[in-house]
Amino acid sequence: MLATVLRFLPLLTTILLWQAIYAGSGQSELSGFTFRNMIAYLLLVHISRMFSSMPGLSTGIARDIRQGEIKKYLLQPIDMIGYLLAYRIAHKLAYITTSSLPYAGLYIVCRGYFDGWPDPLILAAYAASLILSFLCGFFFEVCMGMLGFWMLEVTSLLYVVNTINYFVSGQMFPLDLLPSGLAVVLKALPFQYLAYFPAVIFLGKVQGQELWWGLLQQAAWALGFFLLARWLYTLGLRRYSAFGG
Amino acid sequence: MPIISAQGLSKTYRVHQKKSGLWNALRSLVHRRYKEIRAVDNVSFEIEAGEIVAFLGPNGAGKTTTLKMLSGLIYPSSGTARMLDFVPWERHDAFRRQFSLIMGQKNQLWWDLPASDSFQLHREIYSIPLDQFQTTLGELTDLFGVKELTRQPVRELSLGERMKMELIAALLHQPRVLLLDEPTIGLDVIAQVAIQKCLREYNAQRGVTMLLTSHYMRDVEALCSRVMVINHGRLIYNGQLSGIVEQFGREKIMRVQFATEQVPMEIDSFGTITQRLGPVAELKVERQRVPDVLNQLVNRFQIADVSVQDPPLEKMIAQVFEGGTATEAEATAEARTAT
Repeated sequence: MLATVLRFLPLLTTILLWQAIYAGSGQSELSGFTFRNMIAYLLLVHISRMFSSMPGLSTGIARDIRQGEIKKYLLQPIDMIGYLLAYRIAHKLAYITTSSLPYAGLYIVCRGYFDGWPDPLILAAYAASLILSFLCGFFFEVCMGMLGFWMLEVTSLLYVVNTINYFVSGQMFPLDLLPSGLAVVLKALPFQYLAYFPAVIFLGKVQGQELWWGLLQQAAWALGFFLLARWLYTLGLRRYSAFGG
Repeated sequence: MPIISAQGLSKTYRVHQKKSGLWNALRSLVHRRYKEIRAVDNVSFEIEAGEIVAFLGPNGAGKTTTLKMLSGLIYPSSGTARMLDFVPWERHDAFRRQFSLIMGQKNQLWWDLPASDSFQLHREIYSIPLDQFQTTLGELTDLFGVKELTRQPVRELSLGERMKMELIAALLHQPRVLLLDEPTIGLDVIAQVAIQKCLREYNAQRGVTMLLTSHYMRDVEALCSRVMVINHGRLIYNGQLSGIVEQFGREKIMRVQFATEQVPMEIDSFGTITQRLGPVAELKVERQRVPDVLNQLVNRFQIADVSVQDPPLEKMIAQVFEGGTATEAEATAEARTAT
């Protein structure tokens, strides 16, 4: 719980930083985001990441492959990906439950940055997109972990991916702030669904058809990563069974 | 109908060769050298339901690789195997519900949790009905004598106790085949004997088939009705444990106590003297010469006592392993005719 509270500290500097940026620009809106919107967005990104981040998942899979722990999934009548999913859901439920109290405190303190609750339909879409962001994040990380079948060392690669992910998923700032060409490219990639997309739903920045289309695309990415993860697992096991053990 | 069978099972590994040092590490990025290692070479055998069979061989002989193929972890390079009427490496769930592989050097239990929690997880994984689970668990904890220990975190158990817990976990779903890779490694003699006793009793109760590898001849002597000896990936003996003596024990150890004060000098001609102490001599004599030597000894000297023994099994097997390729090929031919 204390760790969660400590995680809020950088937020204070972020607020001050954006205050300076807005003051310096002399504008009240940047790419459609007011200063209040901006802070609300950055707060909401925390919630997105609460669902979509998977600490230790891909490194854990790669380690299990390298150290041969993966045997237990081959010997027992159990599916590794299914097992890890169940494990992660349990982990997330426990994490979200314990950190909900400090988060509630934070949002009460910062409620001035929000324009109140969105209407129920938007709220439902927001919830759906959080769940999909969990699935996207989970299956993406599983795919990354499966690389352990082919590479001995994946941690540095994962570090690079995570660093890029921080930027391209919109955790640093909304993707709309980027030059329009780059923003279009980044919005075509799956990473925005890990942070940016749920947050802008809550803020009411995507609505109507755009919203449903976005959710559909998010679901498609989740499915895509699921299929990719399964395929890599099958290929990887074939390789593992042929070479090692 | 054998419960486990293998025909011409072979496994070749391709191993990356790298010299030490930074320059060679960089070089290996562009130019990789591989060496092919034949870990298992054309191995065939059959095991009937209820048998306990030992798999013997020095480190790297191919025992574990064979067990891995039988349990479906790896594919063979050539040859076939069937276990419980399944092809192991297809990994059908129905197949995986009927056997267990226990590796003495790997633990499957959750380190920080009591064993009973890991047992619960096993119950879920194998979907064991609750009443069956409780009865089996009760029987197993009784048999292994660890009833009070299941609620203690695994990390606080001794090595022997932990191995018992591993075995219980592996037996909860009542497998029909048990593959054991060095089940008593690192255990003291008392714990070894305890594990052997549990396995023997479990086999007697349930008729479960066991294939085990071990470096301890004690395990083998205590448990196994049959042994298979593998060296350099090839099966060089398959039969009764006592048969090893007949096949590979070319010499016997003869211990002679003379009625005189000293061992007579002339006995050097009968065999290789290994010990000479007062009136007692120990000598190695070729098997077929034993009756003749005995005869001559009795006729020529005053003998107080004589005993003829086989050399210790461990020594004999070590000799088999060290034997050159010539004796090995010969032995393979013999082993083939024997089976």
